[in-house]
Amino acid sequence: MGKHVLLVEDEINIIEAIRFLLSREGWQVDTHSDGATALAMIRDMRPDLVVLDYMLPGKSGLDILTELRADPEFTSLPVLMLTARGQSRDREMAEKAGVSRFMTKPFSNTEVMTAVRDLVQLAQ
Amino acid sequence: MASINQLVAVSLGYVAFLFAIAFFAERAAVRGRGGWLRSPLVYTLSLSIYCTAWTFYGAVGYAARSGMEFVTIYLGPSLVMIGWWWALRKLVRIGRVHRATSVADLISARYGKSNLLASVVTVMAVIGVTPYIALQLQSVTLSLSIFSPPETAGSLNQFQAAFWVAFGLAIFTVLFGTRNLNANERHDGVVIAIAVEAVVKLVALLAVGIFVVWGIAGGIGPMMDRIDSSPIGEWNMDRSRWVALTALSAAAFLALPRMFQVMVVENEDERHLQIASWAFPLYLMLMSLFVVPIAVIGLDLLPAGSNPDLFVLTVPLAEGRVGLATLSFLGGFSSATSMVIVATLALSTMVSNHVVMPVWLNARAEGAQVSGDVRDVVILSRRASILMIIGLGYLYYRFSGGGAALAAIGLISFVGVAQFLPAMFGGIFWRGATRWGALAGLLVGFAVWVFCSLLPSFGPGTVLSVATFDGGLWGLGWLRPQALFGIEGIDPTVHAVVWSLTLNITAFVAVSLVTFPDPLERLQGAQFVNVFDHSTQARGWDAALATSEDLMIMSQRILGADEAQRLFRAEANRQGMPGQLPEPTQGFLQHLERELAASVGAATAHAMISQLVGGASVSVQDLMAVADESAQILEYSNQLEAKSAELTQTAGKLREANEKLTALSVQKDAFLSQISHELRTPMTSIRSFSEILRDTEGLGQVEKTKYASIIHGEAIRLTRLLDDLLDLSVLENGQVNLNLETGKLGDVLEQAVMATQAGPSGALTIRRRHVNEGVMLSTDLDRLSQVFINLISNAQKYCDADAPRLDIDVRDGAGRTEVAFHDNGTPIAAEAHALIFEKFARLNDQDGSGAGLGLAICREIMTRLGGDITYHAEAAGNTFVVHLPAQAA
Amino acid sequence: MTEQGPPPIFLERRSYRRRRMMDALRLLPVVGVLLWLLPMFWPKASDGPAAPAPLAMSDAIVYVFCVWVALIAGGAALWWALRPPNGDGPEDPAREDR
Repeated sequence: MGKHVLLVEDEINIIEAIRFLLSREGWQVDTHSDGATALAMIRDMRPDLVVLDYMLPGKSGLDILTELRADPEFTSLPVLMLTARGQSRDREMAEKAGVSRFMTKPFSNTEVMTAVRDLVQLAQ
Repeated sequence: MASINQLVAVSLGYVAFLFAIAFFAERAAVRGRGGWLRSPLVYTLSLSIYCTAWTFYGAVGYAARSGMEFVTIYLGPSLVMIGWWWALRKLVRIGRVHRATSVADLISARYGKSNLLASVVTVMAVIGVTPYIALQLQSVTLSLSIFSPPETAGSLNQFQAAFWVAFGLAIFTVLFGTRNLNANERHDGVVIAIAVEAVVKLVALLAVGIFVVWGIAGGIGPMMDRIDSSPIGEWNMDRSRWVALTALSAAAFLALPRMFQVMVVENEDERHLQIASWAFPLYLMLMSLFVVPIAVIGLDLLPAGSNPDLFVLTVPLAEGRVGLATLSFLGGFSSATSMVIVATLALSTMVSNHVVMPVWLNARAEGAQVSGDVRDVVILSRRASILMIIGLGYLYYRFSGGGAALAAIGLISFVGVAQFLPAMFGGIFWRGATRWGALAGLLVGFAVWVFCSLLPSFGPGTVLSVATFDGGLWGLGWLRPQALFGIEGIDPTVHAVVWSLTLNITAFVAVSLVTFPDPLERLQGAQFVNVFDHSTQARGWDAALATSEDLMIMSQRILGADEAQRLFRAEANRQGMPGQLPEPTQGFLQHLERELAASVGAATAHAMISQLVGGASVSVQDLMAVADESAQILEYSNQLEAKSAELTQTAGKLREANEKLTALSVQKDAFLSQISHELRTPMTSIRSFSEILRDTEGLGQVEKTKYASIIHGEAIRLTRLLDDLLDLSVLENGQVNLNLETGKLGDVLEQAVMATQAGPSGALTIRRRHVNEGVMLSTDLDRLSQVFINLISNAQKYCDADAPRLDIDVRDGAGRTEVAFHDNGTPIAAEAHALIFEKFARLNDQDGSGAGLGLAICREIMTRLGGDITYHAEAAGNTFVVHLPAQAA
Repeated sequence: MTEQGPPPIFLERRSYRRRRMMDALRLLPVVGVLLWLLPMFWPKASDGPAAPAPLAMSDAIVYVFCVWVALIAGGAALWWALRPPNGDGPEDPAREDR
């Protein structure tokens, strides 16, 4: 399988960090920072993994995830969700919506990479 | 000649017939098929107990002695009935509305449910009516003796006969008078029996009359001639007696306990009264139609010295018409028995309710605690009272020797009961009448009656000495029983009527005027006098429905109209009844009692329900107690209501406070969530890049520098955020110290522009009009500068025009200096306008350098300085206007 | 009376008539009292020889009973006229309310 990831995030510096980490592991990293058009982007690109921020301008990461899972084609697409809000309720909501892995910012780089590897293995 | 034995057999047969009728009537009534028992005809006929043996036998004797005077006894009642609209209508309505069981009950109820008054009336009634009962017994035995041959006169023991008659009447009255203890004290068996007897006596008298006019005299014309040539053939009427006796009979008709019984207590439908208003005078007219002819023929045919009181019997006998005489005997028998039955019933109700029961309840010392066995006690007491009253009547007959003329005792009795009239009608028509007034009137009238009418009737030298007759009581000349206050020459009966009623009324009015009624008395007085305002036309009074209605009225008073109606409707629905009123079943009564108990307490609720349902099983004293208790409860509940209103208010305030706190809590959560986000975001970059720097081998110098500067930038962002938060917190808590200085607006603006231009991006063009900026300010210039810096840097960050430009314009708006910051960027979306000055309201923040606190801080600062900041959307661009405080300019 | 007038006027008349009947009902006993007070002024036997001849008993009877019958007839007639307009009179109280 390919190693194609779509990173949906609006903070430039966080994009920079994740891109650095994933590309080093051999991933093809595409980024997108607008929530409203993110879903179309996913459908278009058909990535192997989506890293999704919880709070996005235009449409929240939770809504994007919910709509994504409603499409039978993407029910098993690995989605790693990141949030800076740090409320337990957000995690519950995300798990209900069908998130594959949920992480709170700030994260350690090792944590993110381990999660990404786990998700890819599971998907195979 | 009919033998005594035959006559006794006929009488017994007749009595058995009456028992049977009464029995079947009761049965039909119990089964609910007794509608016909309560027709206007039966009501009219039952009124005929006014016509006693005194009427049946005595009227003819009266006519034989005094001509037309006898007719006054019928004219009074006729006038009262014809004029029903004036007095009877009200009396019947009040009696029904207030469930009066007797004259005593009515009077006591009107004057604040005074049991003293009730017992006084009862004693007076017993004294006044007992001789009358004796008179009936006498008439029966006297008429029996007519049939026994003179030589065997001794074979009929008159006293023994009277005893057996009394005994039989007592049995009948006990059986049918206390059979059931209705709330409304109605007796179907008794009423139907006296209606039958009414027919018998009318038929008997008419038969004798027709026989006399057409059988003996030979028609109306010859009869009239014989009348004119008889000893009573000329008009010889004492004028004062004509008026006084008519008035007296009218008064007695209204006040007689037995008349109250049939007219008010046994009344089924008020409209029956309207029919009786002409039908009963018709009955009276027919009863008196042949009185004079019979008297004239009797005087003509029979030997001088014959008892004219018995002409009704002796005339047919003398003509050999035994059958007619027997019918006539039955007529007289009917008159006597029906009167005794009803009078006894009425008196026993009074004695039982107002003498026996209060004494018994007091003896039990339980007062208002009415237990289940009270009804049995009431029935027992009622039966004992009946036996006692008939016994008294018999004893009176036995010891008076049965000698006096029948009519005399009747009139004396009339004068006695007429004493009730002022208290009764004064109470019904005059709200000012008081208990003490009524009591005074009754006692004075009674005393005068005893002294001027009752005692003299025994003749001089028996009870009152001859000296008293001639010289007055205690030798006082103005206290002569037949010439009070020295006024002589008045007919003794007229004398007694005029003086007793005059003094009665005088005492009643005078004492009423000087005494003050208690609250319950005033309440009752108002309800009696204005009875037509308080009660509806009671038609088709079904006992069960009436009870439900009363329960409803009572419940409404206690529970409130809506609640009571809801309760009753629900029950009616449950029972499957149409309309509002359910059947008062045992279950419903218990339910209702519990509902009421919730409002007024269990004891009171029980007493109230049993008052309505059980009728007389609650004494007058209980009523008083309930009334007083209710008044206290009312006051208590008013207090509760006030307290509850207070509580409601407090609860409302608490709820408001709680809502505010909840809203604050929600705001706080949102705020913390925002802060978390704002802090974690830069920290994420810092942590991630510092790990990269630490863990990655062989990073180039360019990359190292880049990542380190990212970490540096984010650290600065964090610091700025914390500064902003602290600043805002200080501003919001009002802990900020304003540093007042005086300076020129232009200088402050200059300083702000300088500060922002020092920043990294210098693409923004700032245009100012320096001429307007000479305004002198006296405020915290540093804080004002902070606001300006914020606005300028916002424009720097967010103005997305190709050639970003900011116009700073100082102008004079409504006496206050305004500074407008107009940029040429994309206008903020309309839906976001309301949020511009809220914390963390980042509208289109992509560079992530601001935490969204800038404008919130600006607003706080301007508020502290006493000014304001507003946003105005423009066609192209945005305008923020800083309104400087008035005193600052 | 105009064309559109009759129905209300008819009703008005009816209630007016009822009220006057009620007046008559209230007046009837007063008339009775007055008529029956008249015998007070009749000459009587014990007035003495100088007074007018006393009234014959038959005339007195006729007068008293005629007044009586008139009052009864008046009362009955007024009752008949004042009966509730619907239903068959006071004998049937059950029908109207239920």
